[in-house]
Amino acid sequence: MTDPTPRMSLGVVLRRPETGSFLGLATVFVFFWIFGGANFASPNGAASWLNVAASLGIIAIPIGLLMIAGELDISIGSMVPAGSMTCAILSGHFGLPIAVGIGAALALGAVVGLVNGLLVVKTAVPSFIVTLGTLFAVAGLLLGLAVIITGTTSVKLQAGPEAKFLLGHFIGGVFQVTIFWWIAAAAFWGFVLHYSKYGNWILAMGGDKVSARNAGIPTDRVTILLFMCSGMSAAFVGLSQAILYNSAQVSAGQSYIFNAIISVVVGGVLLTGGYGSIFGIVLGTLTFAIVNQGIYYTGFDANWASLIIGILLLVAVLMNNTFRKAALSYAPRKGART
Amino acid sequence: MSAPIVSLRGIAKSFGPIDVLHDINLEIRAGEVLCLLGDNGAGKSTLIKLLSGVHQPTSGEILMDGQPIRFGTPREAAELGIATVHQFGGTFPLMSIGRSFFVGVEPTKGWGPFRIFDRKTANAVAVKALQGFGITRITDGDRLVGGLSGGERQSLAIARAVHFGARVLILDEPTAALGVKQAAHVLRIVNEAKRRGLAVVFITHQVMHAMAVGDHFAVLIRGAVAADFRKGEKSREEITDLMAGGETMASLESSVEGEMAAHAGQARQVI
Repeated sequence: MTDPTPRMSLGVVLRRPETGSFLGLATVFVFFWIFGGANFASPNGAASWLNVAASLGIIAIPIGLLMIAGELDISIGSMVPAGSMTCAILSGHFGLPIAVGIGAALALGAVVGLVNGLLVVKTAVPSFIVTLGTLFAVAGLLLGLAVIITGTTSVKLQAGPEAKFLLGHFIGGVFQVTIFWWIAAAAFWGFVLHYSKYGNWILAMGGDKVSARNAGIPTDRVTILLFMCSGMSAAFVGLSQAILYNSAQVSAGQSYIFNAIISVVVGGVLLTGGYGSIFGIVLGTLTFAIVNQGIYYTGFDANWASLIIGILLLVAVLMNNTFRKAALSYAPRKGART
Repeated sequence: MSAPIVSLRGIAKSFGPIDVLHDINLEIRAGEVLCLLGDNGAGKSTLIKLLSGVHQPTSGEILMDGQPIRFGTPREAAELGIATVHQFGGTFPLMSIGRSFFVGVEPTKGWGPFRIFDRKTANAVAVKALQGFGITRITDGDRLVGGLSGGERQSLAIARAVHFGARVLILDEPTAALGVKQAAHVLRIVNEAKRRGLAVVFITHQVMHAMAVGDHFAVLIRGAVAADFRKGEKSREEITDLMAGGETMASLESSVEGEMAAHAGQARQVI
């Protein structure tokens, strides 16, 4: 994010929403570099946490946008396996072209997002409850249909070379191609949130939905679109994993719910909405992935990773409060308050 | 005296069986401050909600420039130039001044899908509008609204309404949550809005603040206009008495004292 005004004083840096998350990332990186040794920072080591960060990050960005707009979507926990199963059943079990499987998986994500969005907008029930409902509904539907159609809960999928190249191969043998999709998603959403007028709408909706609507923002439409984007992103991650690992399972996505929320909050997004940045979410995702994978490079038992993530989350929330206060009290001149 | 911008004729409003307002007749004129006074529950909020399109009257009519009109939604009222500023002014504390100023009407530059929010223009316009209302302390449109003082936030909201062509400015208890200095500041801005030819509806229950800026006063008691008078026609004591429900403050005070004495007696008995 370039600042047109050429001032890079401490105040300018401190009031950026991602300052806290950057410090968090630097801390865990240095920690695991010291305790994990050279392997952690080697290409193989970097790939292990970048791969985790990429799939998580593609989901965390739309989740973060929903949180900035004052909503939450936990149905992604079912949308990841739903995306991979849809793709695998259509293109693997029935042998249809891979494009059909990919299109259907994305369409399913859009439909579930549309249902989430419509329910939230029309009923005014908190989105946590609405998407908790669709989380279980989609999981149940997926399990039931998978057993009826294929007789099993795990489906094989052999994608062609083009699909493999675009969505499911390892660059240099270690880096998943999803890393590039993640970078593209971050660039796209970074433009939307920080440079287009729609970003202003999303921030205003999270600040005060009623005022935003009175100011002429189509809040219902934006909410529904954001839910559709998060559903499609989760389905995308699901289908690319099915193509990468040549198979899909019914139960492989619940961990994304909390991991995405942790990444977003560690990335400096305010839980109550109205504040946050894409860059921060990317940093938060990296931080989470480094702790999650870095533990294997240290001599510690892997069980300690959850403890570190828990503490990290609490510290991040407290730090974010501090930096937000700094942002609010920022003034260019030390003038007397009137 | 200029022709009224908005006239209320025999307005009544009930929510189910409860009559909140009855037979309200008021005129709102350009370059004038109409002070709506009244105790809590007198119907002030309902009246401004009718004016700003949140509710529709049960009977009676609202005229704008002499023509009957219906404000279906707050949006419609805003488009016709009726702007409402609530107690805490800016409602997006974590947005920058420039961004919050242009919520919903963002200036953009660039081309096609790459149109970007024109932050420089937004900040410059917002800061200029604020400075036009005498807030010279603010020079950086990137500052967050939440970092402004209460009076500055009110000023920002008023400057925004004026910038986007408001003709009628409804200020809902703008000074209620402010200290003495901040309140004086907001009153100066109300005067500035009046000088620019806006019609201002100023809702308050602080008589001093009303008298400082008001040209025309209406006191609401239990949903009806109990008094309608112009500047200088009534003293501060008379207005305070009116607001207290027609009783004199003196009799209210004596009844409070009587009650306290009675309670003191009870307390002694309990002990």
